[in-house]
This record gives sequence, C-alpha cells and structure tokens, in this order.
Amino acid sequence: MTQTTDPYAGSRETTEGRVYTVTGGDWDSIHAEDPLASERIVVNMGPQHPSTHGVLRLVLELEGETITEARTVIGYLHTGIEKNTEYRTWTQGTTFVTRMDYLSPIFNETGYCLAVEKLLGVEVPDRATTIRVLLMELNRISSHLVWLATTGMELGSTTMMIYGFREREHVLDLFEEITGLRMNMAFVRPGGLANDLPVEAEQKIREFIPYMRGKIDDYERLLTGQPVWKARTKNVGFLDVTGCLALGITGPVLRSAGLPWDLRKTMPYCGYENYEFDVVTETTGDVWGRYLVRVNEMRESLKIVEQALDRLAPGPVMVTDKKIAWPAQLALGADGMGNSLEHVRQIMGQSMEALIHHFKLVTEGFRVPAGQVYTAVESPRGELGFHVVSDGGTRPYRVHVREPSFVNLQAFPAMVEGAPIADAIASGASLDPVMGGVDR
Amino acid sequence: MGAGRGRGPRRAVPDREDRRAVQGRDAQVSIESPEGTEGEESRARKGMFGVSGTGDTSGFGGLVRQVADPHSTPRPYGGYFDEVVDLLGEEVARADLGFEDAVYRVVVDRGELTLYVRPERIADVALLLRDSDGLRFELLSSVSGVDYLDAPFGADDDEKAKRLHVVYQLTSMTFRRRIRLEVAVSIEDPRVPSVTSVYPTADWQEREVWDMFGVLFEGHPALTRILMPDDWDGHPQRKDYPLGGVPVEYKGAEIPPPDTRRAYR
Repeated sequence: MTQTTDPYAGSRETTEGRVYTVTGGDWDSIHAEDPLASERIVVNMGPQHPSTHGVLRLVLELEGETITEARTVIGYLHTGIEKNTEYRTWTQGTTFVTRMDYLSPIFNETGYCLAVEKLLGVEVPDRATTIRVLLMELNRISSHLVWLATTGMELGSTTMMIYGFREREHVLDLFEEITGLRMNMAFVRPGGLANDLPVEAEQKIREFIPYMRGKIDDYERLLTGQPVWKARTKNVGFLDVTGCLALGITGPVLRSAGLPWDLRKTMPYCGYENYEFDVVTETTGDVWGRYLVRVNEMRESLKIVEQALDRLAPGPVMVTDKKIAWPAQLALGADGMGNSLEHVRQIMGQSMEALIHHFKLVTEGFRVPAGQVYTAVESPRGELGFHVVSDGGTRPYRVHVREPSFVNLQAFPAMVEGAPIADAIASGASLDPVMGGVDR
Repeated sequence: MGAGRGRGPRRAVPDREDRRAVQGRDAQVSIESPEGTEGEESRARKGMFGVSGTGDTSGFGGLVRQVADPHSTPRPYGGYFDEVVDLLGEEVARADLGFEDAVYRVVVDRGELTLYVRPERIADVALLLRDSDGLRFELLSSVSGVDYLDAPFGADDDEKAKRLHVVYQLTSMTFRRRIRLEVAVSIEDPRVPSVTSVYPTADWQEREVWDMFGVLFEGHPALTRILMPDDWDGHPQRKDYPLGGVPVEYKGAEIPPPDTRRAYR
C-alpha cells in the first residue's frame, strides 16, 4: 500500500485502520481565514456546557452576538431501551422504561403499563390507580423542581438551584418511603403496583403538602418580581400555538402559548376526570410564561395529591387475574432484603401449585394477546406516548416511546435563530429536555 | 478493511433459519391455511407454555390453540370511527384518489382505529386528514417503525414481504380523537413519501425510523441518521440485527446473552 502524504497531517497504519495525527505549527495553512476578522463564527455549545444537560450539542452560527443558524445534535447516549425490552418479559419492561426519562420515572412506568393493560384488556383496581395518580403528581412536582433549579442556575440564580434540589430531596424521600427507591423504582407494574403503600406514607405525604405550598411561595417571592429574572425570560424563546402544533410540541411549552391542552383533562386516563384541578395557561408564549405555568402546575399537583389521599380506600393494588399477578407478595425481611419468612413458609409448605405458578410467571412471564395500542400520559414535558406491539408472546414485540423531550427539542432552532446567544440558554432550558428520554 | 472498527454489527449476522434451529423454535409457529375466509389467516400455537422441542415438561404439549391476527374490521366500526372513515372517503373522492387506492384496510382493535394506507399515498392522506373541516388531525403525535419479521400477517405473500411498517399516530385536538395510519414496505424497496411538508414535527421522527429501520422517506429535507453515528452500518431495530451481548458468569452459573435465551411464545 502506498503511503500518501497529507500536507496537513501525518498518518500511520494501525490495526484499527489509518490514524491521522495533526501536527503543530501548520495551523495557518489549514485555516487561512482569520476567525477574528470574519463576521461569521460557528460555535459548538456543549456537550460540555453545563446548560446542555448531558450529551446535547448545540451548533450555533453567530454573527456578532446574534444566532443566525442553530442546529441541535442530540448526542449518543445509547441506552437502547426500546430494543432491550424486546428481549425481556412484559413485567421486566417496566424496569427498563423507568430509566428513560430519569426525572419522571413514574410517568414512564404508568404510560407503559397502561399500554400493556390495554393490550391485555384488564381493569386495574381503584386503589392502584389512585396511588399511581398520587405518585405521578408527586413526580411532576419533583421534575418541575429540577427544571426550576437548573434553569435558575443557568440564568444566574444559584439560590434557586439549591432551593429546588433541596425540596426535590423531600419528594425523593417520599418515593423511597413508598417504593423503596428514589429513582427508577419499577413500582408500577402491568396490572397494578408492585406493593401497597406503607402505613406511614400517608401521614408523611400529608405533612409534605403544606410544607411544599410554602416553598412554592418562596420561589415566587425570589424570582417573580426579580428584574434580572424578568429581563432574561420575558420575550425570550417565543413560540406561538401555530408553531407549537406544527412542531408537535405539547406540555408546558404549548400551555405557555395559551392552548389549554392537557391530556389529564382532554383525554383523561387513570380517572383524572374525577379530580378537581385547573389547567394552567399563560398567553405570553415565552420563557417567562413557561416559568409561571410550571410553578402553578406544582400547586395544582399538590391539590391532586391531596384529593388522591382522600380517595384512597382499602383494597387490592393488583388485578386478581392469577395469570398476570404474581402470587407471592414481596415483603422486606429482618435483614432488609428478600421475602417474608411467613410467606416463604406458606408458599413452600402449603401451596406447591402457587410456587410453580409464581416460578412460571417470573421466569417466562405472561402472554399478551397480539395487537397494537397507543396510550399517552401527560408527563411534565408533554405527551408521553407508548406505541406497544404484541405478537402474542411473553415479550413485547416492539415498544416505541413518543418522548416529549425528543419532539420538543426540534423547536430549538425556531426559538433562537435571530436571538442573542445569551437567550439560547434560557430558550433551551425552557424546553426542559432530558437527554435520557431523547435517545431511548 | 473496515472490520473491527467499531462500526455496525460486531458479530456476523447469523442466518435467520440457523438461529431459529439453534433455539429450537422452528416449529413454534405453524401457519395454517385459511378456512374459507377471504384472504384471512390465523396462526396456531402448540402446547401450554409455547415451548417446543424438549423444553416443554408441562404435559400440555399436545394442545393446539388458534391465535388471531388483525384483519379488516366490518362496519360499523363504532364510536367516531365510522364518521372519520366516511369523511376521509369523501375527501379522498374529492381529491380524485380513489379510496381503495389510498386506504386498503381498516382495522378497529381495542378501541383504536388503524387505517392501512398505500405507501405512495401517505402524504396525501395526511394532508386531507389535517385540513378537512370534519377531521382536523392537527397533531402528529408519533411516528414509529415496526419490523414484522417474526409475526407475519396479511393476505398474501406480497403483503408478508412488506415487513417494514411505519406507524403514524394522529391526534385531533379539535374533536379529541386519535387514529393511526400504517404503511408497509419491503426491505428491497423501503420508500415512503415524507410527511414533513404536512407535519414538520415528523422531521426527527422520520430520521429516527430511517436510522433504526432503514425506511427511506422521500422528500425529507435532510434524511440523516439521528441516534447512530453517520457512518454506522445497518439499522439496529430491525429484527434480524443482532443484539450483541456476551455470556455472563454469576455465582458459577453462566447466563447466556438475552437474544440466545429460551423464548416463550
């Protein structure tokens, strides 16, 4: 093989292929144009930039301080969740989807489980549905808190960041109390829930509600009247209803433009039609509007949590169909792990059939009749949809997630082209993208 | 050159038939001939637990069960579906397309309406669905691909060969309705007109379907990969794309990679 000489870079052959080494001292010949004299500069913002949320890369073409063109590169997170679920049982699918949008795991779980339940044609017990609503609304608060915290930090308010993450800890503590885990709980299962609420949980949630109400007022006192916050958010990242619909944007961004489209009200699921709450809208269509929508949505969520607690009636949290529900109920032992000794004794000593059945359900899973469904829930970022296909087997044939972050990020160029570069931060943050959801 | 550079499938793609034989799954689905119905077929499944060969110790190995596949649904469809199909029929006639040439199958399953659209007509049908007064499907919620390699259904060989499906979920915010459009293309000719001119939101989602399934969207402004690097070979969510993975040893036992474990159907 002949070695060609490259005027800019030396090269050598390795087992991995040809490797180029750019050597020093010849930069003038590579880049003859002086970037300082030229009006046009291309800036790669991210993925290392703190306000690009992980792997997001924003390619901005600048003229002076104005963005003339913006392109988003969503990066390579490669969780492979959609593909992986095709090789696991329907129940194990929950443990995968909960890891997608790690700020709103309960929404992922519930959306997926609603799809599987629709495929199965089963009705979930009331108590399970109420607990799902309760957890989802707590999760909406924690997700909006992270948005408020990170956006606050990106726009210069580190106080807001500390406040936001501090209150999120309280929500995560509640999750830990209820599900055993702070994130990625896999608590919602096809057919119901993994477990019932522990005894102390209700009291702790009731204590949390007034505490959180006071804290939301604090955030408003800190930010709403603040001149810097207003200057950085008002008339920034404008997107009207037409733009939102064309780009498929839902959630707080759409509601900030004035359309009261909230799946909880417009296409109710999980019995949301029985709860008293308002769909928060603003008409400004900018970052300021999105801030107000999210803050007020937290208040509405607290209202729903309160009502859900009042509605909680004793009952089962899993369907009674023994072909779906695991006969054994997981309970913590004295060592903090495993199943209760009484249960093991009962199932091993008295109920061999149940043991076999449990074993079969856990190892091979249950069958779901062939067909396809699409279900959607209103996640903190908008419509979170699950298109689930079954071929009649014990594994999902295909799970496709309509992730609001993925769809919403498309709007970034529409929001920032023509705006100063400082507004790119506020606009991008106002979309509330979670990169784990973007690249499933 | 090129092998082992971390691009594309790391392992050779095994022949599909070989893989099935290895897993003992070759006899799991037997396609039975249709019983006098026009072009409809059903699949039979043997045994209680779906395992064939040596795996089934349940004693239910002789059981044969019929598994239904989605077929055309006869009218009335129920709910708002009749109205949507009627209005679409009128609009299609007005646009001189011919309903049968555009929509060749209507399926109502689990309270959801699916219209199977011929690939070349998808953008036209989407435009009619968006703009007609009585339809107003303003929002394209989702675009996803499905590779029906293992789950063949359809009337004839031609339809079975069209294993790549693109599924569009449409939402009418005015009437609070949802419908689903589905197109099917073959691996050899995976071309579908892009709906980005009708719904700009399809831009990234069509790129994702191209990336993961290899469906070519004609007329898309920039059909490049979005989840995988630009120079990646293959389309990872196709059913014959290997999952990868290595056996893992745990407490002395070896757990095989997920795609070679026993599958229950």
